[in-house]
Amino acid sequence: MALATGKSAYLQGVRDGMPFLLVAVPFAALFGVSAVEAGLSIGQAMGFSVLVIAGASQFAALQMIVDNAGVALTLLAALAVNLRMAMYSASLVPYLGEAPLWKRACVSYLLFDQSYVAAVARYEADGMMRLRDRVAFFFGVATPIAPTWVLATLAGALLGARIPDAAALDFALPITFIAMVGPMLRTLAHVAAALVSVVVGLALVGLPSGTGLLIAAACAMAAGVIVEGRRA
Amino acid sequence: MTDAVIWTVILALGVGTFLIRFSFLGLIGTRPMPPLVLRLLRYTPVAVLPGLVAPLVVWPAATEGAPEPARLCAAAVALAVGLWTRSVIPAVLAGFATLYLGLWLTGAF
Repeated sequence: MALATGKSAYLQGVRDGMPFLLVAVPFAALFGVSAVEAGLSIGQAMGFSVLVIAGASQFAALQMIVDNAGVALTLLAALAVNLRMAMYSASLVPYLGEAPLWKRACVSYLLFDQSYVAAVARYEADGMMRLRDRVAFFFGVATPIAPTWVLATLAGALLGARIPDAAALDFALPITFIAMVGPMLRTLAHVAAALVSVVVGLALVGLPSGTGLLIAAACAMAAGVIVEGRRA
Repeated sequence: MTDAVIWTVILALGVGTFLIRFSFLGLIGTRPMPPLVLRLLRYTPVAVLPGLVAPLVVWPAATEGAPEPARLCAAAVALAVGLWTRSVIPAVLAGFATLYLGLWLTGAF
């Protein structure tokens, strides 16, 4: 793996990104359906998926538009949902910080939960990876996911409400995220962080969108470092 | 909202989201970060995703917030299989299989 060239690192990324199509397709299609049902044009639904390219915040914005919340509140709610990505951005700095600015900008555009998790899992598993390969791997992961996200949004917007509720697609996201977390629980410190995240996240669920999650994540990171320190 | 207002929301949200993603990657670049910060950041994925997912599992929107056995079991199985196999795909498949089996057994399917 350490000898992987840029091209094979990219292909490895494509392979690691494939499983996430399982969640990107239904989630994006559901967004397309919901957007059209909420009265948005197909172009607007696509605008969300191309320019924002962040599922949870797209749904948050849509909900606020339906509720006639006004531009400021809509933006506030949807951006709060995305604040976790600042944490992702910070945690990628040790791996990608030395890449040229334009590449870091491209990585940023493509930085969503799935690409982030797949990339960090690979970077942690292979400490010898060169910078060029890390960047290539990241773009590899995003390659199947990003275009599929956009196309599935279009499919959902065109097909409309013909996707049955019984498919329980609302649960595609939780299942995929849980499936991503399971393999990451390698040490007691990781388990402690995850548990604290769950408990605080549930306790603060009543706070305005995204805020409870940020507090939960901060507590969980601290818990991870504390448990790690005790065992060292 | 009118079309123009919705497009304003889309554009502003796109720019804002990009700036959030670019924040640290763009500004810090090669500057070294304090060791404690690096240690904290190592726990980012396991600190964010569980807290994001937990409310969706316990109070699913599809049932208007009522806890629902099929979804709870699906979450538990996805976690268990992920821990056991150390890989994502079997965990996703097992989670979905459990969800549909559970929904079928509870007559919601």
